[in-house]
Order: sequence, then structure tokens, then C-alpha cells
Amino acid sequence: MLDVSNLKVSYGAVQALHGVSLRVEKGQIVTLIGSNGAGKTTTLRAISGLLKCSADRVAFEGRELRGMPPHEIVRLGVAQAPEGRGIFANLSVNENLEMGAFIRNDVDRVRQDKKEVFELFPRLKERLAQNAGTLSGGEQQMLAIARALLTRPRLLLLDEPSLGLAPQIVQTIFKVIREINQAGTTILLVEQNAHMALKVAHRAYVLEVGRVAMEGDAKELAKSDQVRKAYLGGH
Amino acid sequence: MSPVSKLDEQAALVMPDRGRAALNALVTGLACIAAALLVHFVVGSMVGPFVTRIMLDAGVMIILAVSLNIVNGFTGQFSIGHAGFMAVGAYVAAGITYYSSLALFGSYQAQTGLISVGSLIFAASALVGGLAAAGAGWVVGLPSLRLRGDYLAIVTLGFGEIVRVLLQQSNPQLFSWDETRAASLKELVPPPLGGAQGFQSIPTYTSLFWVALFVAITLVFCFRLKRSSEGRAMLSIREDEIAAQAMGVNITNLKVRAFMFASFFAGVGGALYAHQLGTALRPTDAGFARSFEILIAVVLGGLGSISGAALAAVLLTVASALMIELGPWRMVLYALALILIMIFRPGGLFGVKEAWEVFGGLWRRKAVAR
Ligand SMILES: Nc1ncnc2c1ncn2[C@@H]1O[C@H](COP(=O)(O)OP(=O)(O)OP(=O)(O)O)[C@@H](O)[C@H]1O
Ligand SMILES: [Mg+2]
Repeated sequence: MLDVSNLKVSYGAVQALHGVSLRVEKGQIVTLIGSNGAGKTTTLRAISGLLKCSADRVAFEGRELRGMPPHEIVRLGVAQAPEGRGIFANLSVNENLEMGAFIRNDVDRVRQDKKEVFELFPRLKERLAQNAGTLSGGEQQMLAIARALLTRPRLLLLDEPSLGLAPQIVQTIFKVIREINQAGTTILLVEQNAHMALKVAHRAYVLEVGRVAMEGDAKELAKSDQVRKAYLGGH
Repeated sequence: MSPVSKLDEQAALVMPDRGRAALNALVTGLACIAAALLVHFVVGSMVGPFVTRIMLDAGVMIILAVSLNIVNGFTGQFSIGHAGFMAVGAYVAAGITYYSSLALFGSYQAQTGLISVGSLIFAASALVGGLAAAGAGWVVGLPSLRLRGDYLAIVTLGFGEIVRVLLQQSNPQLFSWDETRAASLKELVPPPLGGAQGFQSIPTYTSLFWVALFVAITLVFCFRLKRSSEGRAMLSIREDEIAAQAMGVNITNLKVRAFMFASFFAGVGGALYAHQLGTALRPTDAGFARSFEILIAVVLGGLGSISGAALAAVLLTVASALMIELGPWRMVLYALALILIMIFRPGGLFGVKEAWEVFGGLWRRKAVAR
């Protein structure tokens, strides 16, 4: 579904990605783990068109995404819940969700999709009129995911959805990620919480300073010594 | 089902919607006209010339502030050259009415009566002035809004200065149609808009009716915009450009649109200003002092709040009419006011919200307290 090959990104003179290649198969959850500054966010932003990149290929369902502006990439079915959530703080929760449906004009389907989103996140429904900036961190993350879902993506890019959240909320978020996937959305999940990420994912890539250091079946990687030492705090 | 009947069915589904939209526009338009007539005849008959003058000034200021709010308040960009667009509209409209009056009526005197050939030419000239300003907005906005960062502030400031200098280079005004017809090409290009001496004797068509009408149209447009999906997208740009893009918003496109809307209404406001009793347009009208006043109204009202910008426009106009003898010290007071707002109410009077949302909130809280 998504096929990235030899992706390179530089910020000025500093090269952040040195040729990253990864594939995401339809229906899967693929996770991209790695320590701070490894280039995870950069990878997602390059895919969604927010950053200029060079690559041999960045193809989504066979279509080349390179050079396409971000607002067109969303219309192809690639949605992103950006790092730091990127919610619209001075807009209400409902307005944020409406923004998720910005590219759509199938009003009835949007209404239906909103209902489904409220089933995933009942809390949002109770806070529709509230300014999004006054939501708790966990609620903001829920809103960011819900908003991305309302674009009706076939591929959902999530950037550290568990960042800064209490363990219980993290459980909820990961539960929902699995539900979203089971309902048919393919997910590329960037995480520092390697433990949880490897648990829900089918496949995984380990990024180290702008390069893919390891890749493979998520459960296998979780067992490997290297990953356990570096990312799971094991011995 | 044949494809034709399916199309018919779609048409049947769409038509009532279109019909309703047309009806809605008609009703709104009539309501605006009715309100303007009410202001003109009822309020106008109750107040003297001094208050009328303040109302005209306030109306023009409302149009300017509320339109600048589309750029600075909705999309969160920072334009500080609104007077430049106002001046474009003012000079274009005044040029049209002045020279067409000379040609058609043999005099620059405004025709009497609320509706006359002359006043309709004036209304049309205001729209043309608005379109000219919007065109200028496109030229200025397209290159500067593509870039990230506060290029717009610098470019709009420069734009006002460029307009000022160009107007200074315009030819001397011609005072009769015979003179105009006999003029050589050199006297007509650049257009005879009075140069540094200013452009005078503009027919005085600006009345409470026209000001109230254009204020109403501007307000209706802005409120509709704010509530529309496009307006929400503009607000989302202000909130977070990256997230807005991730929602599929073409941010450059929308910023330029917002800028053109704002410039259009600035041009209309300029046209109204130009045709007021006693106005002589001067190149300095395009300069920073006027832009600064408009900017203050927007910041004072709360970036994003339409009712806030309108209220602040009225307050500032009244205050400056009362402080007229202070002359240049007015600017000092303005600056001081701006600093005080930033300290005590950094979000302006109403923040992004509208007046009734703010007061509605207070009301509800009080009700709960009881
Ligand atoms: N706007 C920028 N300008 C310059 N350098 C940047 C910029 N954004 C990221 N970088 C650098 O690129 C590298 C990769 O950053 P990136 O944000 O992709 O890391 P990350 O894997 O998402 O880290 P984290 O887990 O902390 O979010 C880092 O060294 C970072 O300092
Ligand atoms: Mg990151």
C-alpha cells in the first residue's frame, strides 16, 4: 500500500534521513520505533508532503507522492495525526472534528462517521462545545486521532499518540488503534513506547540516526536481544 | 432507471437547495437595504451634522477593521498596510465618479436625491474600487503568502509606501470636461489624480444610506464566512498551519483568498471615505498612520472577533472625534492604548469570540451562581 524507498531529508546542511526504505501492507499496523531524534517524525512528514525530500520512490497505492502538496495527499487517503497533536486550540471540539471532514462533502456519511468516532471516544461527545485547548492531554490526543479518522483515510499516520499520557490512557489509545485497524484502516505508527507499539503492530522498523537499523515481524523483533536492550529496557 | 431520469432526480434534489440559497440571499439583501434606509431616514433625522459625520466615519472604520480582521484575525497573518488598499479603492472610485460627473453632468457636484444616476455610478465605482484593491491584494499576497514567516508585514508596509509614491507621481487634476478632452496623452498618463496636491472636489455621494448598506453587507459577509467551512479553515490556519494542511487545507490558496476579500472591502471603504463631504484625497492616505489605526481597532476588538473589531472601530472613531484638538498626540494615545491592551487584555476585548458568546457565557455563569 505504501512503498518508500531510499528516502532522504535534510534540514539545511544537516541530513536527518540517510535513505530510509519501508513498506506498509494493506490492513496492517506497521510501527516505526527509535530513540529521540532518530528521524521518525521526519519520515512521516516527508510521506505526507509536509517536508521536501528526495527518494527513489514514495508510492501510495502505486501513485507517486513526491512533489505533491500535503492537501492533495490527504485527498488520496493518507491522513496524519501530527506530533504534539496539532489540535486547533481556539476552536471547539466539534469544529475540530468538522475540520477533519474538510475535504468531504458527503454530509450524511460525515454524520455517520462522527457517530462511529464517538463510539471509539465517548469523552469527545461530552465535550463538543468545549474549546479544544482546554481538553486534557489525553482528550486532545483522542481528538487528534478522531479528527484524522474523519478524513476517511485508508492509511493513517500516527506520530507518538502515547506521548505524555498516563498509562491508563495509553492503554485506551492503543486499544482504539487496534479497533481502527480491525475496522479496515491501515496504520503507520510512530512510537517511543516500543513495548506497546510492538504489541499491537504486525511489522516493525527500528530507526537509528536516520537509517533503518532493523526490520521484521513485530513479535520477533520484540524478542530480539538488541531491541530488548535498547528499547524495551530488558537485560 | 435510465441515466436521464437519474439526472433529473439529482436536479430535483439540488434545485430546492439552490432556490433556498437564492431566496436567502434576496431576503438578506432586502434586510440590508431596509436597515440602511432606517439608519438614513430615521436615525439621520434625529441627529445633527456632527453626529452624522461621526457615524459616517465610524461606518467606514467598521468596514476597514472588520475586513482587516479576515487576514489578521481569521488566518493569523500580519498585514500592516491596509490603508494602501483603501487608497487604491478611494482613488479608483473617486477618479471614476469625478471624471464621469464632469462628462455627464458638466459639474463635479453630486446629484441630489438618494437614488440618482450619479449615486448609482458612485455605488458602481465603489465596487470597481473594491475590485481594483482586490487585484492589488492578489499581486501583493500571492508571492508573500507563499513563504512562511512574517514577510506579509514587510511587504504590505512596502506596498502602502509604493502606492503613496505612485500617487504623488500622478498628473495634476483637470477641472472641466473640456480641459479633460483637450488633454494630451502626457497629461492623462499617469492618470490626472492630483499628485502631491491631492485629489479634490470629489462628488459627495457618501451618505448614511450607502455607508450603512456597505457596513451591513460587509458584516453579513464576514459572519457568514466565519461560520462557513472555508472560514473555519482560515481559523485553522491561524491555529496550526501544519495541522491545517494535514486536514487537506490548501493554506497558500486560502490565505491569498482571505487577503483578497480583505483588500476588496478595504477598497470599498476607501471609496466611501473618498466621497465624504470635505474629503480631499492625499497620497499620504495610503501611508502607515491610517494602517496603524485600523490595526489597533482589530487588535483592540480581539483578533478574530467581528463584533469586537466593529465595536472597537466605533469606539476609536468617537474617541478620536472627541480628541480632535490633540492633533498628532492622538497617535501617542493610540500607541499607549495598544500597550495597555496588550498588558491587561492580550486577547483584545472579546478574543476570537463574538460579543454575544462572551456575554452569553457571563450570563450563564451568573445564572448558575444563582
Ligand atoms: N525543523 C528542523 N530543523 C532542523 N533540524 C531538525 C528539524 N526538525 C528535526 N530536525 C532534526 O532532525 C533529526 C530527526 O528529527 P525527528 O523530529 O524526525 O526525530 P524523531 O525521531 O521524531 O524524535 P522524537 O522521538 O524526539 O520525536 C533530529 O536530529 C532533529 O534535531
Ligand atoms: Mg518525533
